[in-house]
Amino acid sequence: MSPREITSPMSEQEARSLRAGEIVFLSGEVLTARDEAHIRALELSREGRPLPFEMHGRALYHCGPIMMRDDNWKVVAAGPTTSARMDSLETEFLRAFRPSVIVGKGGMSLETLKTMGEIGCAYLAFTGGAAVIAAEALPEVLGVEWEDLGMPEAVWRMRAERLGPLVVAMDSHGRSLFHEVESDVHSRALLL
Amino acid sequence: MYSSAIIEETVVRLLREAECRLPPDVRRALEKALSQETEEVPRSQLLVILDNVRKAAERSVPMCQDTGVPVFFVRGRYDVRIEESIRRAVYRATEEIPLRPNTVDPVSRGNHGDNLGPGMPPVHFEPTGEDHLDIAVLPKGAGSENWSALKMLNPSEGVNGIRRFVIDCVVGAGSRPCPPTVVGVGVGGTADMAIALSKKALLRPLGSSNPDPELREIEGALHQQLNSLGLGPMGLGGRTTVLGVLMEKANCHTASLPVAVSLNCWAARKAFARVHPDGRVRFSQEGFR
Repeated sequence: MSPREITSPMSEQEARSLRAGEIVFLSGEVLTARDEAHIRALELSREGRPLPFEMHGRALYHCGPIMMRDDNWKVVAAGPTTSARMDSLETEFLRAFRPSVIVGKGGMSLETLKTMGEIGCAYLAFTGGAAVIAAEALPEVLGVEWEDLGMPEAVWRMRAERLGPLVVAMDSHGRSLFHEVESDVHSRALLL
Repeated sequence: MYSSAIIEETVVRLLREAECRLPPDVRRALEKALSQETEEVPRSQLLVILDNVRKAAERSVPMCQDTGVPVFFVRGRYDVRIEESIRRAVYRATEEIPLRPNTVDPVSRGNHGDNLGPGMPPVHFEPTGEDHLDIAVLPKGAGSENWSALKMLNPSEGVNGIRRFVIDCVVGAGSRPCPPTVVGVGVGGTADMAIALSKKALLRPLGSSNPDPELREIEGALHQQLNSLGLGPMGLGGRTTVLGVLMEKANCHTASLPVAVSLNCWAARKAFARVHPDGRVRFSQEGFR
């Protein structure tokens, strides 16, 4: 089975067609946001003010990259960060800004999974620490917002070329590989 | 007695080696893990990891964007200039390698961009009477560091209590510390010592035999049990949950049994240098024994 190719921005219908267990490669527009960017975006949204970037239908990447600037910004290392840190902010973020996919590592809570079902969003697990593979697949920086938050916490808009392999680990139909594995792990741990 | 300039150069090189080249014992453990996985998803994770490791070394770039907080372990004759040289080296390495500027004020979250600031980087100093100076660096990313844990057990809980706590830590951390992890365990001492021992344990090469026969037995049993959990690479299921279990111990109060766990992600980075007073420096990524 050859892996599926997907492109951001994508329609809700296409995001809903992603099924847990599939392996995909992602191209197109990717925006990073970690804890601080989530907090600022939600503050603006609560005040009814616009964001300086468009998230709708795009890929949200939980990532705090290392960037270097010569003439333009260049990605040095950009693997995924632990998505669970954003759990308490993600439901509101997903409803407000409607990304089509989240790229991260480690998975997210059942509450976030439910919201993903509501808006039509899939969670794509990327290998933690695969920073050089990621940098290779992010050949162009399209822009940066909120640089005052510091390099890891700023919002970096990048163009991806076959970022992956990404495992569809949580889908918009309520399936989560992480929760399935976790439940098996808990029952095995009781026997030890 | 040691030249500050040599120590500074040595530490910059140590940081570069640790960040860009996975130690050989860890790489071997990951290759062995790949040979034992049969399913597509866990294999895909280990293949990406090994490919990433190879490319980081070829290009001399950090293998993970979380270049961590560099934790230093220094053994030798105390000289206040050692810490100053280490700080200058961290400042330079942050620009030259580059490292991600990770350190912030814990309350305001302000980032000065240089990986320094009060308390940073941590340096554990062990005074010795030897002429040479041993410097080890363990860059520790937050993904794994955030699952550090300490429990003050009842002495009556014994070995089974230690075992249970380590299993609970690995299960509780789940996919988040980037498994397959290396599990460092500190047993005994006071609470603060147990935590320091669990970090120091991560410096021992994977696959090496613990000189303490009781700890060796617990390490072996835990390694086998943790890999029967099925958590797998990146928590997506599979046979490899941990690459190894490494333990250190110290004596403790008769009414205490402290146990600490420090997990290291698959990018279990470390580098060692031995600096001689005449200026010779030896480097290794598996330590000096």
